[in-house]
Amino acid sequence: MSSTFAELAPPEIVARYEPVIGLEVHAQLATATKIFCSCPTSFGAPPNTNVCPVCLGLPGALPVLSRQAVEHAVAAALALNCTIRSRSQFARKNYFYPDLPKGYQISQYDQPFSEHGWLDISVDGATKRIGVTRVHMEDDAGKSVHDGFKDSDEYTYVDLNRCGTPLIEIVSEPDMRSSDEAVAYMTEVKQVLQFVEASTCDMEKGHLRCDANVSVRLKGTEKLGTRAEVKNLNSFRFVKAAIEYEIARQVAILEGGGKIHQETRLYNVASGVTVGMRSKEDAHDYRYFPEPDLVPLRIGDAWRERVRARMPELPSAKRARFAGSYGLREYDAQALTATRAMSDYFEKAAAVSGDPRAAANWVMGDLLGALNAAGKDIAESPVSAERLGELVALVRTGALSGKLAKDIFPRMIETGEAASAIMDREGLRQISDSGALDKILDDVLAANPKQVEQYRSGKTAVLGFLVGQVMKASRGQANPGSVNDMLKEKLG
Amino acid sequence: MKITEKEVRYVAELANLNLSEDEVGKFLHDLDDILVHMDRLNEIDTSGVEPMAQVLYDAEETATLREDIPRVTLSNKDALANAPLFGGGYFKVPEVVKR
Repeated sequence: MSSTFAELAPPEIVARYEPVIGLEVHAQLATATKIFCSCPTSFGAPPNTNVCPVCLGLPGALPVLSRQAVEHAVAAALALNCTIRSRSQFARKNYFYPDLPKGYQISQYDQPFSEHGWLDISVDGATKRIGVTRVHMEDDAGKSVHDGFKDSDEYTYVDLNRCGTPLIEIVSEPDMRSSDEAVAYMTEVKQVLQFVEASTCDMEKGHLRCDANVSVRLKGTEKLGTRAEVKNLNSFRFVKAAIEYEIARQVAILEGGGKIHQETRLYNVASGVTVGMRSKEDAHDYRYFPEPDLVPLRIGDAWRERVRARMPELPSAKRARFAGSYGLREYDAQALTATRAMSDYFEKAAAVSGDPRAAANWVMGDLLGALNAAGKDIAESPVSAERLGELVALVRTGALSGKLAKDIFPRMIETGEAASAIMDREGLRQISDSGALDKILDDVLAANPKQVEQYRSGKTAVLGFLVGQVMKASRGQANPGSVNDMLKEKLG
Repeated sequence: MKITEKEVRYVAELANLNLSEDEVGKFLHDLDDILVHMDRLNEIDTSGVEPMAQVLYDAEETATLREDIPRVTLSNKDALANAPLFGGGYFKVPEVVKR
């Protein structure tokens, strides 16, 4: 069954239903080593080389929890406004799969290290609070390779490098009511995790992925519908598309008088549909029990507060401050707080420039344009924040015209030089001084007697042409404002 | 009996164990004995006693944590040394039907 949303259920029918969505977001913690052993977490190593007896699940090997993983997890949980349990417990989640050599995942069950959080999202200008049920720590499984080998029809290949990679699972309340809200929530989670540097959230490397729990109910009804869980969505686009497909699928079933089965489904990237996973009825009997190889985790007040003290300003607070103290529009504040590197860059540039709004325009316009064209991140910008700030300041003080600044900027991108260095070398400086402009103006007026005549006979629109001539004659260095005023005076 | 034959078969299946009919009968009794013993333990009044998951507890903060410093790993050859089947650096298992 491959069909578009509209074929499944027409939009006007879907509109009668209210989707109820909760997300389970998995994020890889930014540690150098695995959660329970000292193997590196480096990406792209040859198969089965980042492994040891612990993560291979060899008999007798014992896990030892990483302090850094705990600190990242606590920072993430605090940023998600969660309370931290002073004592939590790891638990074994038992199931058999070849990429899980221990036969169980070490996770947290009835005593996660944090719970009761929330995150505000903004959709179409409206702010909405999404509850965070809990955040817990767990280890990742290995990777099964089902295709690509000559005997792939007979064998599955297993790489255990990823086994034991530290993860947090962030479980939301079923508070979202549209795919857009789900995407906004995941975007906000990503931003928060990146700000506290708990995770790089590199989605191409699978550092951030989510499972979506989706159900629908007729608008105006209270009772929750039966939900389906769509597993392992690893891009914002897939989150949106999978949820929309799932909503339409469920509506179509209900409209046809059918029933939704509680099940786990996979989103097929190629066809854009979700497909039920063949699962045994008892597949969800994980027989959790407390992990006997690990002592309960103690996170005392002092430790929690040390982590909190190291946390940077969070995106929501930063957005509010940028809008308030710099007078930026909401859209600009949002864009400039997308990453910590971006917001740090902007703040430095704004401070040097003395004109934060102009600095904001430069960062979002010329700078990001040039960086995008070069495929570079703002952290790799050839123009430092200080130098961009200086350029903006030169415009602010009138030493450079806006036009000259735009001409100089590409050269700064090319060479990384300061604007003032380029100006000095090339003799570029805005001429506002009437003495210096006087001669140029007289030359231009003498060379264009016809236009002078026209102006004097009342066709004042011709002034623009004369200003243009002066700008040209001065190689763009004349201050257009001064030129305007002086021309009027001379012609009047 | 505190446990049924059906439950024994169910638990065996979860554990990927193929039990013979004799074994089902044997484990029915063994598991029943354990559950009977649990019932005896349940007679003890534990109200006011905090549930315990471990005999070891750290005082204020977990002192048994590891620093985030990578150590030497097993070589690929050693990692695969016990594998009945391997190839291209990978463990090989009979084709997995995706669950």
